[in-house]
Amino acid sequence: MTTKLFGEPVRRREDARLVSGEGRFLDDLGQQALAAAFVRSPHAHARITSIDVDAALEVAGLVAIYTWEDLPAGVAEPLPLLIPHPALTHGRTAYPLARDIVRHVGEPIVMVVARDRYLAEDICSLIEIGYEYFKPVVGLEEAVSSTHLVHQDVPGNVGAHLVQEVPSAGGQSAAEAIAAAPHTLAFRLDIERSACMPLEGKGVYARWDADDESLRVYSSTQTSTSVRMAIAAKLGLPLPKVEVIAPDVGGGFGVKIVHPWPEEVLVPWAARLLNQEIKWTEDRREHFISSAHERAQIQHVQVGFDDAGRVLGLSVEILHDHGAYTPYGIIVPIITSTQLLGPYRIGAYRVEFSSIYTNTVQVTPYRGAGRPQGVFCMERTMDKIAQKLGLDRADVRAANFIQPDQFPYDQGLIFQDGRPLIYDSGDYPESLRKLKDLIGWDEFPALRESARAEGRRLGIGLGCYVEGTGVGPYEGGHIQITSDGRVHVSTGLTSQGQGHETVFAQIAATELGVPIERVSVVTGDTRRFGYAVGTFASRAAVMSGNAIALACRKVREKALRVAADALEADPRDLEITDGVVHVVGSPAASIPLATVAVLSNPLRYAFDEEAKRATQFATTGSMDRPPVAEGEEPGLEGKGYYSPIRSTFASGMHAAIVETDPETAEIRILRYAVVHDCGKMINPMLVEGQIHGGVAQGVGGALYEKMVYDEHGQLLNASFMDFLMPYATEIPHIETDHLETPSPLNPLGIKGAGEAGVIPVSAVIAAAIEDAEGFPIDRMPISPSDLYDLRLRSPR
Amino acid sequence: MADIRMRVNGSIEKLDVEPRVSLLDALREHLGLTGTKKGCDQGACGACTVLADGERIVSCLALAVQYADRDITTIEGVTSPLQRSFVRHDGFQCGYCTSGQICSAVGMLTEHAAGAPSAVTGDLATMEIELTAEEIRERMSGNLCRCGAYNGIVAAIEEGIR
Ligand code: FES
Ligand code: FES
Repeated sequence: MTTKLFGEPVRRREDARLVSGEGRFLDDLGQQALAAAFVRSPHAHARITSIDVDAALEVAGLVAIYTWEDLPAGVAEPLPLLIPHPALTHGRTAYPLARDIVRHVGEPIVMVVARDRYLAEDICSLIEIGYEYFKPVVGLEEAVSSTHLVHQDVPGNVGAHLVQEVPSAGGQSAAEAIAAAPHTLAFRLDIERSACMPLEGKGVYARWDADDESLRVYSSTQTSTSVRMAIAAKLGLPLPKVEVIAPDVGGGFGVKIVHPWPEEVLVPWAARLLNQEIKWTEDRREHFISSAHERAQIQHVQVGFDDAGRVLGLSVEILHDHGAYTPYGIIVPIITSTQLLGPYRIGAYRVEFSSIYTNTVQVTPYRGAGRPQGVFCMERTMDKIAQKLGLDRADVRAANFIQPDQFPYDQGLIFQDGRPLIYDSGDYPESLRKLKDLIGWDEFPALRESARAEGRRLGIGLGCYVEGTGVGPYEGGHIQITSDGRVHVSTGLTSQGQGHETVFAQIAATELGVPIERVSVVTGDTRRFGYAVGTFASRAAVMSGNAIALACRKVREKALRVAADALEADPRDLEITDGVVHVVGSPAASIPLATVAVLSNPLRYAFDEEAKRATQFATTGSMDRPPVAEGEEPGLEGKGYYSPIRSTFASGMHAAIVETDPETAEIRILRYAVVHDCGKMINPMLVEGQIHGGVAQGVGGALYEKMVYDEHGQLLNASFMDFLMPYATEIPHIETDHLETPSPLNPLGIKGAGEAGVIPVSAVIAAAIEDAEGFPIDRMPISPSDLYDLRLRSPR
Repeated sequence: MADIRMRVNGSIEKLDVEPRVSLLDALREHLGLTGTKKGCDQGACGACTVLADGERIVSCLALAVQYADRDITTIEGVTSPLQRSFVRHDGFQCGYCTSGQICSAVGMLTEHAAGAPSAVTGDLATMEIELTAEEIRERMSGNLCRCGAYNGIVAAIEEGIR
């Protein structure tokens, strides 16, 4: 029996510290550090004409005030454009402190360092900045038609424009296929802005060690390795002199993958300059107005289909609002336009997007990263087709599904990783069957009727999605088994609550045959592992999980070699169970892994009893061979890297039953069902948790969350009081069922699960409300007042 | 500056704080009790929930000086079976809201035991309000969990009261 932990609902190893208040989040560190605070622009578009710090200089406890003028060459440059793309012809990024022009409310202008945060904020309020105002550009259609420009050198406020087109099998273009189709529809969809809004904001804490001339930075980031490289480059420090650590991180959901944030450069720079520890923690208003948002799009859809509802041609034009800057390139609209296709075979497809500048907070990926918009588009399309033809909505989807025997399935597009959009595996008809069973799709009409008899209005909706997960380029894992028999696992990517300490320990324990209690996992600490990409795009389990498995296999093989020597056995006859290497079938011939670890490291000096066994007069090794054979390394440790040829595609389908109040238009989700396929599950309990979390954010996006900008570019709801998010009262019980279609692309057969839950929710809720009300729902979110207004305009 | 005393997790602490310092910052920055979290500093997320003489309060909206001579319990001072049931029911992911959720749940159970009704209580006269899932959701609706672990949280509390 080997230790079987892969696939089990193992309880989380992170939990003990979190339920007792012993987690170490960014702001829990550096209690003695100086505090940084920022003066941020109160205007959406203006030129800075003066900065007067005289009054501020009088305050006792002030340490330093910095403006753009004070920054050295590397730091003073605009922040990097992280993901260039040929279609992003007019990419622009911000300066860490505004140089001249501010382009959204919240842009940082002055950094203050003081004894504590209270003082630092006092000082900020004494700094007077003069502005010359410009007319801000707010709203997508306004931006396109406006003569005012967010960046003077970007005509029409268009940052990027991209067209992708896939002709039908018969060579027809989408336009031709639509023109020739027996039925057509054309409509517009609107999706509002939302934001990741992790409960812990961003934060940076930096310590300069003058004796060692090195910098240690803690950041609440989704990518410590990339922050490290950015800091070293900006500050002109040798890479080995900079270490970046992501401590416990209180949620990320995308916003913390962007880097370096201005503060991630400025705080370490000032810490080094002042030779003092400095910490900055973002407050909630700062998070609203100066981090990142997502979602906002306007979509114009044209579709042609046959009598069975099969899509013959689909053409989508997308206006995507990317705010004032484009540090993350055009990843979000690329994902929207490619993942829009979902589990379907479309005759001919054309998608065109324009990514537009506005004087608002920049737009970068938020959990789902453009997929919720794409799925909203496709699923609304499916529902409209069903409505037009009088067909069952599930049947129309089934008629368009890619079939299980059609994998790998090439959609003919280029995905966000620059590689072809080829689905590796899936079973969509089976998912739909399970979903219909779970929610009671076929029984719903009866339910609706009996509710109607009581004066209640019920509706049902469903939505399907396919999600490219586990994007490259790579991740790595390092395994070390020490002479006490403990297994130390590290990987460079970071954790924000996904439970990586648990799932990676499950993988290592399973691969190595050791009890999980002996395994410890470190993530996001560049002192332990320097090569990594980061945690985003539902990639951690796929990427680091496989890398760790590969590293374990190497180490296991070596352990068996060393043990075989000691046991005078053939390595092929050995197995590891419960941390002990033994000969299969004769358990007496065995040696603990701890001892194998000792023997693998030939010693001159003994530091304890165990170590004596590896010293030169104790070992029985051959006198004809060097103690460390050629090509070998001392110790029981190894690294593995996993670099996929392309993404692996998870999928799922959700359904909901909602009730709308005939009087108040209040919308209640009565039931919510999820069928999910992320390949082989490492830990079903944690997959479930990820799905629940995603659905909760999806419900927020469907019913509550939007960023309300006025025409001056002021964000009117920049607080938790005004930006509504779901609490326990808004989230229904969630029923789940799973399919496990393994990925053929990676050794563990897994696919990502982190974002899945959020993706189809808006589409599903819209469908259910539409079903209850009998008129089209073409925008999200939809509040009770929105629904009330729609009722007035759409007589039933 | 104001010199105050406060009983925190059973021991008397002396604090020398500006009158404007919030109870949350006093606990975290002056007493080093960092288990209590700041999610919004606006009284809207519950991450900073602590117990003052057994009653749950959001410590970001309280001034430390208002709580002079009071008895404060933070997550570091909580030992409740709820902690174990949060683990068993996966009642969190990143854990940033968890201290507040647990303190809030402890305070909520005390309120319930004292017969306090909630917005969803049908019969306001009864002292025996059944803590249904709906009651728990309503009574915990001051605590945001952006990781969306609500169903785990509700299950954990349901188990905790059995
Ligand atoms: S931090 Fe106190 S309620 Fe949010
Ligand atoms: S567990 Fe992350 S906010 Fe609740």
